[in-house]
Amino acid sequence: MKIDKNTINKIARLSRIKLDDKESEDYIKDLNSILDWVEQLNEVNTENVEPLSNISSSILPKREDVSKDTNSSEEILENAPDKLEGFFAVPKVVE
Amino acid sequence: MSKSSLKQTLKDLETKKISIRELNQDYLKRIKEKENLNIFIHFSEENVLKQIDNLEKDNSAKKLKGIPIAIKDLFCTKSMPTTAASKILENFNPTYESFVTQKLLDEGSIFVGKTNLDEFAMGSATNTSFFGNTINPLSKENEPLAPGGSSGGSAAAVAADLCLGATGTDTGGSIRQPASFCGVVGIKPTYGLCSRWGIAAFASSLDQAGIFSHNVEDASILLQSIAGFDQRDSTSAKVDIPNYFENLDDDLNGKTVGIPKEYSIDGTPMEISQIWEDAIKVLEKKGVKIKNISLPHTKYALPTYYIIAPAEASSNLARYDGVKYGFRSDEINSLDEMYENTRAQGFGREVKRRILIGTYVLSAGYYDAYYLKAQKVRKLIADDFNKAFKECDFIVTPTAPSAAFPLNEKQNDPIKMYLNDVFTVPASLAGLPGISIPFGKDKNNLPLGIQILGKHFDEQQVFNAAVSLERSYE
Repeated sequence: MKIDKNTINKIARLSRIKLDDKESEDYIKDLNSILDWVEQLNEVNTENVEPLSNISSSILPKREDVSKDTNSSEEILENAPDKLEGFFAVPKVVE
Repeated sequence: MSKSSLKQTLKDLETKKISIRELNQDYLKRIKEKENLNIFIHFSEENVLKQIDNLEKDNSAKKLKGIPIAIKDLFCTKSMPTTAASKILENFNPTYESFVTQKLLDEGSIFVGKTNLDEFAMGSATNTSFFGNTINPLSKENEPLAPGGSSGGSAAAVAADLCLGATGTDTGGSIRQPASFCGVVGIKPTYGLCSRWGIAAFASSLDQAGIFSHNVEDASILLQSIAGFDQRDSTSAKVDIPNYFENLDDDLNGKTVGIPKEYSIDGTPMEISQIWEDAIKVLEKKGVKIKNISLPHTKYALPTYYIIAPAEASSNLARYDGVKYGFRSDEINSLDEMYENTRAQGFGREVKRRILIGTYVLSAGYYDAYYLKAQKVRKLIADDFNKAFKECDFIVTPTAPSAAFPLNEKQNDPIKMYLNDVFTVPASLAGLPGISIPFGKDKNNLPLGIQILGKHFDEQQVFNAAVSLERSYE
């Protein structure tokens, strides 16, 4: 088994998702079965194969290096759950 | 009333046989009648009437003036909230318009509403939405069927005749599979043809916008309207967009179709193998050369996809942290607790599952074994297609391994659910254009789809083959 209680807690922490015990149990099961299933990729010989990260066959065009004012802070803050004097507000970070 | 096509409606509007108001009131009436299907996440009659008012004052000629279009709720729209079918974006009102929807607005179309989808487009049945299931309009009473997914709301909206076209997005089959389930046409163009700007990101190297419509001609008109280069999407392609509709040509004489042997999969229902054979026979009669081809890495496409897509999703969805927009948990004694509770309460089960698996395959010590390995297999899958397209002009396969299944049927086993995408995922990994058209029915009279795949940016060939098959079937 690749994913145990410790691993799922570590991944959940890295993902910043709080899991309760029941959820952890379920995800341990799900993730292990998915990882067992993807294991079949090891059958494929990928020696000297370049990894494919961008499928786009077109060449990236260059753009003019000019500044553009596209968004006001007011617009950016419009959907913030909490804001204060033109900033996003979050719980206190430093004592 | 029989379903009117976009092409016919444009003519009727031009000759004043019908007014923009009359046309849209007809659609509004049907939308209200079909509310029980839960096709829309956001629908406001007032908003539609306002758009009609504005268009009536507008004297300029526009290509899609007055045409009712439904928008998948993954596209940011200024005039309507955008949720991605997630609680975490429940109260999100974009302050900007996505590239694709802006193009449709510029051409004068009317947005009838935002359609339901799987949460963040992760699913194949529109059953992971925070706003509940969408019901396939082809369901019999008391036997609700899934519309497919993730763009199930958009496919259902076209099938129920609640619009003349709809936008969708396709990451691993999310346009083609629901099109097949709902008996409509759905096209996913080449990766990079339509800008992703303003679409909530799922897996950025795969996500692509596309179109649902009643028929191939309408799809060719609408795709041309949403395609084009955009500086704000670094993978947007700078290619000329042909007039697909004007160039439609159903004469396929002398063309070669590739039939990949790896798409004959054990357990595929007879009826699906049958429509595949029927399509091949039709093409043969039209003078198309049949070429048996091999795409040897096909069976590895699904596991490759289910490493790459969750990996990219885990990174893309990091932005939903309760700070900048959307939902924030009430339990926030510290910053970390705010993140963890917000994401625990804001995301649904499938989305969390994919974030967790994506985080795992990208984490230190596992990156090479999973993510890098998958990217290498992806290269082999793309190379398979490149080789095959040296011998053929387009490829024909079934779209999905089943017709629409009962709602909630496949929910518990994630891998079983992932198998829905078996015929659509390989082309997604290779970035190729693909269309699904209705072609035949199963024993329960449910529609089945045929998929046509083309070379990069050869949407015209895909449309030509599709329109040819469609006309022979009608």
